[in-house]
Amino acid sequence: MIRLRHLILLLPLFAVGGAIAEPDNYVEIERGKALVIAGDCVACHTAKGGQPFAGGLALQTPFGAITTANITPDSASGIGGWSANDFARAMHEGRRPGGTYLYPAFPYPYYTKVTRGDLDAIYAYLRTLPPVENRVNRNTLPFPFNIRLSMLGWNALFFTPGGFKPDPNRSDEFNRGAYLVEGLGHCGACHTPFNAFGASRDDKFLQGNQIDNWTAPNITNDKQAGLGKWTVDEIVHYLKTGQTRTSLASGPMKDVIENSTSKMPDTDLKAIAVYLKERGAAGPSAPTPLPASDPRMQVGEAIFVDTCSACHMRSGAGVEHMFPKLAGNVITAQDDPSSLIRIIIAGGRATATENFPTSPAMPSLGYRLNDDQIAAVVTYVRNSWGNAAAPVSAEIVKELRGRVIGAGE
Amino acid sequence: MARRLPRKDVVIVGLGWTGSILAYELARTGLDVVAIERGPWRDTASDFNIGTAADELRYAVRQDIFLRPKQETLTMRNNPSQTALPIRKWGSFLPGNGVGGAGVHWNGQTWRFLPDDFRIRSHMIERYGEGILPEGNHIQDWPVSYDDLEPYYDKFERVAGISGKAGNLKGEIQAGGNPFEGARAHEYPTPPMKQGYQQELFTKAATNMGLHPFPRPSANLSAAYTNPYGCSMAPCTYCGFCEWFGCANYSKSSPQTCVLPALIREPSFEARTECEVTKVNLTVDGKMATGVTYVDADGEEWEQPGDLVLVCAFALFNVRLLLLSGIGKPYDPVKDEGVVGRNYAYQTGSGSTGFFEDVKFNPFAAAGSTGVALDDYNSDNFDHGPHGFVGGASITCAHTNGRPIRYHPTPKGTPGWGSAWKKAVRDSYQRVANVGAQGSVMSYRNNYLDLDPTYKDALGRPLMRMTFDYQPNEQKMANWMAERCDEIAKAMGAKATQINKLGVPWNVVPYQTTHNTGGAVMGNDPTSSVLNRYLQSWDVPNVFVMGASAFPQNAGYNPTGTVGALTYWGLDAILNYLKSPGALVQR
Repeated sequence: MIRLRHLILLLPLFAVGGAIAEPDNYVEIERGKALVIAGDCVACHTAKGGQPFAGGLALQTPFGAITTANITPDSASGIGGWSANDFARAMHEGRRPGGTYLYPAFPYPYYTKVTRGDLDAIYAYLRTLPPVENRVNRNTLPFPFNIRLSMLGWNALFFTPGGFKPDPNRSDEFNRGAYLVEGLGHCGACHTPFNAFGASRDDKFLQGNQIDNWTAPNITNDKQAGLGKWTVDEIVHYLKTGQTRTSLASGPMKDVIENSTSKMPDTDLKAIAVYLKERGAAGPSAPTPLPASDPRMQVGEAIFVDTCSACHMRSGAGVEHMFPKLAGNVITAQDDPSSLIRIIIAGGRATATENFPTSPAMPSLGYRLNDDQIAAVVTYVRNSWGNAAAPVSAEIVKELRGRVIGAGE
Repeated sequence: MARRLPRKDVVIVGLGWTGSILAYELARTGLDVVAIERGPWRDTASDFNIGTAADELRYAVRQDIFLRPKQETLTMRNNPSQTALPIRKWGSFLPGNGVGGAGVHWNGQTWRFLPDDFRIRSHMIERYGEGILPEGNHIQDWPVSYDDLEPYYDKFERVAGISGKAGNLKGEIQAGGNPFEGARAHEYPTPPMKQGYQQELFTKAATNMGLHPFPRPSANLSAAYTNPYGCSMAPCTYCGFCEWFGCANYSKSSPQTCVLPALIREPSFEARTECEVTKVNLTVDGKMATGVTYVDADGEEWEQPGDLVLVCAFALFNVRLLLLSGIGKPYDPVKDEGVVGRNYAYQTGSGSTGFFEDVKFNPFAAAGSTGVALDDYNSDNFDHGPHGFVGGASITCAHTNGRPIRYHPTPKGTPGWGSAWKKAVRDSYQRVANVGAQGSVMSYRNNYLDLDPTYKDALGRPLMRMTFDYQPNEQKMANWMAERCDEIAKAMGAKATQINKLGVPWNVVPYQTTHNTGGAVMGNDPTSSVLNRYLQSWDVPNVFVMGASAFPQNAGYNPTGTVGALTYWGLDAILNYLKSPGALVQR
């Protein structure tokens, strides 16, 4: 009888326990926070100028804009009413508590691989966030994509539920990297091409994609366009600081590094690097560079000398920590030239991290270089100093300029 | 009625070099810091696009990034018998405006003052007797020595990445550097800049004359550099758009390149721009500051309480803020009493322009601090006995630019327009070398700053009045220097030279230099200084004042290196003050 009374007294504590950071829970919550950082949840679940995790960011997809959810524990507009099971179901199956389907812009095809233990830790951390009331219109897609039930068919075709299966023939480090990249890190969501239905193409996993008018490069171990020439240490350094001797991260990867990878433990970064280096190489074979005598190359060179060489140097060597080296830079070797074109049109800024806070800017030069000139100079950069990639046409520049300027960026 | 804001640990007035360094160093200790800046926010990425930064019309002619007279101006006169009138267009000097202050548009010459400069009064009397000091002078020793400041010079040079060649490393004279400089603990962080053909001729001529030329220390960096704050810079491209311009290339040391990227990451730091501090507020007994009052861009008045007030505006405006706030006793030249506004000083400019034949100088391939200098005639590096003046000058052969609108040197007598002018420009553009002397100005009883009795600003506050002229000592010194410059120009092979004497009386219209100093000087005697040796107000111990307003008189060098050193010196004092608040020196 005495024992039973204790049990009754304890019950109400359990009932409210989920929403309060109890001291016992500290380790679990900290682990959840680290996982939320590794998953870079804040990037999509925060509107421009909005409260962190309160949602409202319009994600552009080929099917229309999808507004991201409020994942603060606000009971009316966030996930305050969700149980741990509800949360796990969303992450593993792409279903809301009532059973309605989520769109794969929320990358549950990746999150399905995350362990239940990790999901519970993430859930515990999210419960500790200050609840923010922010009602988000979650139904912004046009017909017929607004019919969420259509995801039933999509899932049948393109979604393989199920947890991560480590490869027993690989090292623990490789498997840890695989778990992060293929699961919570959802690297493939940007770095893998989509099929016509917006699903990541498994046959082209991590071979590069265009995302938000930026090039998400090939990050397989491919020598030409991928990380084949990068060492494990260089990849770790890049994820930690946003820079290597050749590259400075900008565009969406700047946010990934600032919000996520720069704050991850070095052991996880190394695991990611080992996985990316050992997983394999895939990509188109390197084209023959255009000859310097090609008229496009001659025009491009003249523009490069006048406009680019003061910072990037005549030799394409750049300046460490400041201006990317163009000779041998992987972004020049991608089939998709979007990043090079848009950064000339609209400019950009490099990553700022604790160790390298400067965040140098590339100024926008779209106001003084026309489409032909940009096409020529990008073609020149893609085919000089040992670089080799397909020439770029003025039409591609024109089209991208329309999208970049049209989007008000 | 000002609305009251939540208290801050530290309130900083002005976000230039001194304000940004102190803001960063204090915010990183966890203190809540707010910097209140009159002008706009400026950063390299948003404000200085490589495609538009080199706009001479916008920046050099229309002075885009400078203070506007409607924001603040002064009245000026040459001596107390005149009636001062407002400066309605900045001319002789150009104060900066906005975040970064004058650190945005400066040329980047980053000097250490010489050991003798810090005890010039004692030194001159010891060597030449009291009679060498000019009439009516207020020359006084600094309360700090070169050795006191050496580690702090070093800190500033490391943060700014200065390019140069040491001439004295721990007492060992180094070939290629300045043999007259005080002993340095370390070599410069980056090697000296490349020099042009002009500088080659100057070096050869000066060396043959027994003088000691060296590349001048430069904040236009010769090489890529990452400073102790993690901020990175790129090598200078010698584009020739430094002075009056922001650098788009991350090559000129400035708060923007060297401090702000680290500062803006500090969670306990806040900047409020386009907010003008009108007053430092004091307790009823006037013995402690309680914060500041400021007016925002909409004209709303706010009170920002704070435990510590750091006055970090431009030298002249520091002095005005002290006068308007009632901190320290205003200087009265009639009674020769009081301290605030006392010992205002400036600099002299004189030299020689050489016209050459059969040479091709490239003035457009330059930077604000390219150039070769010599210190043989600076401070007391030469015997002043025969000359009867105090002070000296650094002598430099440099061109900082060959910009198309304003750089067209022509010989005297050339018409101001027409075909003869065009021909003279064509003939001279690549054939002119200037040897210039930047000279010290001593402090005098009748060169001072006070509040104008007549003119007021838009907020109804009295303008500050500047009473200044070059005294006979400075005229004698500068004109003697011009002759030395002329000798060198001739030895360089100039076919004709023109001596440029010091213009007197001092004229506020043509640009001369923005090296305005003094008015809130540091010292060991509270009757002749506003600040103690730690840059702390003698009267209000939770107010510290940074900048060249603390110089007791001016030296023959650009001031920023010494301003930077004093800032780090002041920082250590502030950290000590925070441990145990109170006067760091008893009166």
